[in-house]
Amino acid sequence: MSKMTYRDAIRSALREALRDDPRVFLMGEDVGGYGGAFKVSYGLLEEFGPERVRDTPLSENTFLGAGIGAALGGMRPIVEIMTVNFSLLALDQIVNNAATLRHMSGGQLSVPLVVRMTTGGGRQLAAQHSHSLEGWFAHIPGIKIVTPAVAADARGFLLAALRDPDPVFIFEHATLYPVEGEVDEQAGPAEIGRALVRRAGDAVSLITYGGTLGKALQAADELAVDGIQAEVVDLRSLRPLDTETILGSVARTHRAVIVDEGWRTCSFAAEVSARIMEGAFYSLDAPVARVCSAEVPMPYAKHMEDAALPQVPAIVGAVREMLVAHG
Amino acid sequence: MTDIDRAHALALLRQMLLIRRFEEKAAELYTLGKIRGFLHLYIGEEAVAVGAMQALTPEDGIVATYREHGQALARGMPAGSLMAEMYGKANGCSRGRGGSMHFFDVSRRFYGGHAIVGGGLPVAVGLALADKLRSRASVTACFFGDGAVAEGEFHESLNLAALWKLPVLFLCENNLYAMGTALARHQAQPDIRRKADAYAMPSDAADGMDVLAVEEATRRAADRVRRGDGPFLLELRTYRFRAHSTADPELYRRKEEVAEWRQRDPIVLFTARLRAAGVLSEADLASLEASVGGEIDEAVRAAEAGPWEPVEDLTRDVYTGTP
Repeated sequence: MSKMTYRDAIRSALREALRDDPRVFLMGEDVGGYGGAFKVSYGLLEEFGPERVRDTPLSENTFLGAGIGAALGGMRPIVEIMTVNFSLLALDQIVNNAATLRHMSGGQLSVPLVVRMTTGGGRQLAAQHSHSLEGWFAHIPGIKIVTPAVAADARGFLLAALRDPDPVFIFEHATLYPVEGEVDEQAGPAEIGRALVRRAGDAVSLITYGGTLGKALQAADELAVDGIQAEVVDLRSLRPLDTETILGSVARTHRAVIVDEGWRTCSFAAEVSARIMEGAFYSLDAPVARVCSAEVPMPYAKHMEDAALPQVPAIVGAVREMLVAHG
Repeated sequence: MTDIDRAHALALLRQMLLIRRFEEKAAELYTLGKIRGFLHLYIGEEAVAVGAMQALTPEDGIVATYREHGQALARGMPAGSLMAEMYGKANGCSRGRGGSMHFFDVSRRFYGGHAIVGGGLPVAVGLALADKLRSRASVTACFFGDGAVAEGEFHESLNLAALWKLPVLFLCENNLYAMGTALARHQAQPDIRRKADAYAMPSDAADGMDVLAVEEATRRAADRVRRGDGPFLLELRTYRFRAHSTADPELYRRKEEVAEWRQRDPIVLFTARLRAAGVLSEADLASLEASVGGEIDEAVRAAEAGPWEPVEDLTRDVYTGTP
């Protein structure tokens, strides 16, 4: 075990994969000479050369599609998309090809493609660089969606994605890159589709993923001061979704607050809420609550951006309100 | 014409006839309700798929469009597996999950069957990238229509393939219409091959109604790509005799225009040439028609007899290993 940033943990997995598997290569905008827009791939061009670490033109749809083709051709491409907002330029290849080719070919094709991209707000980058659209992608059968919230998962999910025969999309929350965590570099892949209870509790389940896990844990600490023990569930993977762990937690706490940086309407939180309703309705002591982003394109000004995103006081407030109304 | 190899000429003619009769049968079965969904017929364009396919080896990859029956047959996919696919049967080439627009056959490196215009090009670029990275001498042939050249994916793909010197043979089947919009109504520069200039890519154009001209031009282009000189854009000028799809009333073109192009029917022209050269007799032609007819009948029988996939298997092949 060693302390490592989320960024370094991803690079550790990239380096290991490039070293161990000649089929693996990384491509994307500025992943090579620039070292990655978020410095994730810093140094890899020098170590592995331009055939394995490929700078691409600004053609998201085509280099993602080329990743699909290369995967069909026996390679294990890792495609980096700079931010989730740019991934919208590649939606044709993601939705119409990556997600469908296996099925549409009657099972003849596999697309072992790994796509990494940043998601999320909190850095004053306004309305074209800050959104959390992973919930959209989770709507689509045929692809897998993982959202590492800690450094160990950032490493473990990348290794897992490379072993997966189907397309895996990894959403890296941009505020997490400098955050340190315990990472075991001997540990292999993490299990895609398995949620984890990050903090045990009995009063309420705080269900979250990615960039808001830290906020949920902080809220749980604040609640604990008043003797309210919140359980914190890190979903880790949005598709497949570990319904069993969600329902298990709600069965213990009888209350759920879902924290999700997506907009509230049609949010991933809505899906989790529906699953709780379907599977744990009779164990609920209160209606499920959601803490999501405000229904506004991300504003630039700091105070406005803070107000738009889910924050610790809002999570704490949602729990207290629930306990007052349905204690 | 005297220098043409007779066996090769008859093989080309047979393949074109097979496509023509297959499509005619498909149209008939559509009216009977045996085939549903969209049906885009290749009638009139047979020389393109048949001529181009001669230049490709079994190791080469193929990416095609939703109007891909001709390419699939010319690649050697069994007609029965294609007919069964259009019936939606489990013995179809995509197990009934794809239909007319999504034929696949990995054993023949036939990678679809793409129904998003332009969507196959990036995939072809990636297949070629994999070949290059794994030091395989394969070429990826990517068929697309004139409509696709308006898509960003066309320009991005030509750029990326040229930039990385990838072995992609871009084959534009220019049938003059993007569904119902004439080329000159959607392209500021309707001379398609010239678009390659912007990507420092060599290009050529050939008469897509002349199977030998298509074969020759494709061989030249494919040889060049195979040598490792990077991608090539070949424009094949052709015409679709039938409507865009079964849903098209053809309001956008004159009947006289269609009639004029029918004078250049690739099968009629080639048959006349072979007769004039004395390499095709009436008996040869009758025998080809009979053999093609038998193959189509057999294909329909296979489709009729094929099983339906059980509904319990609905979510199969969404992910690897999912039942």
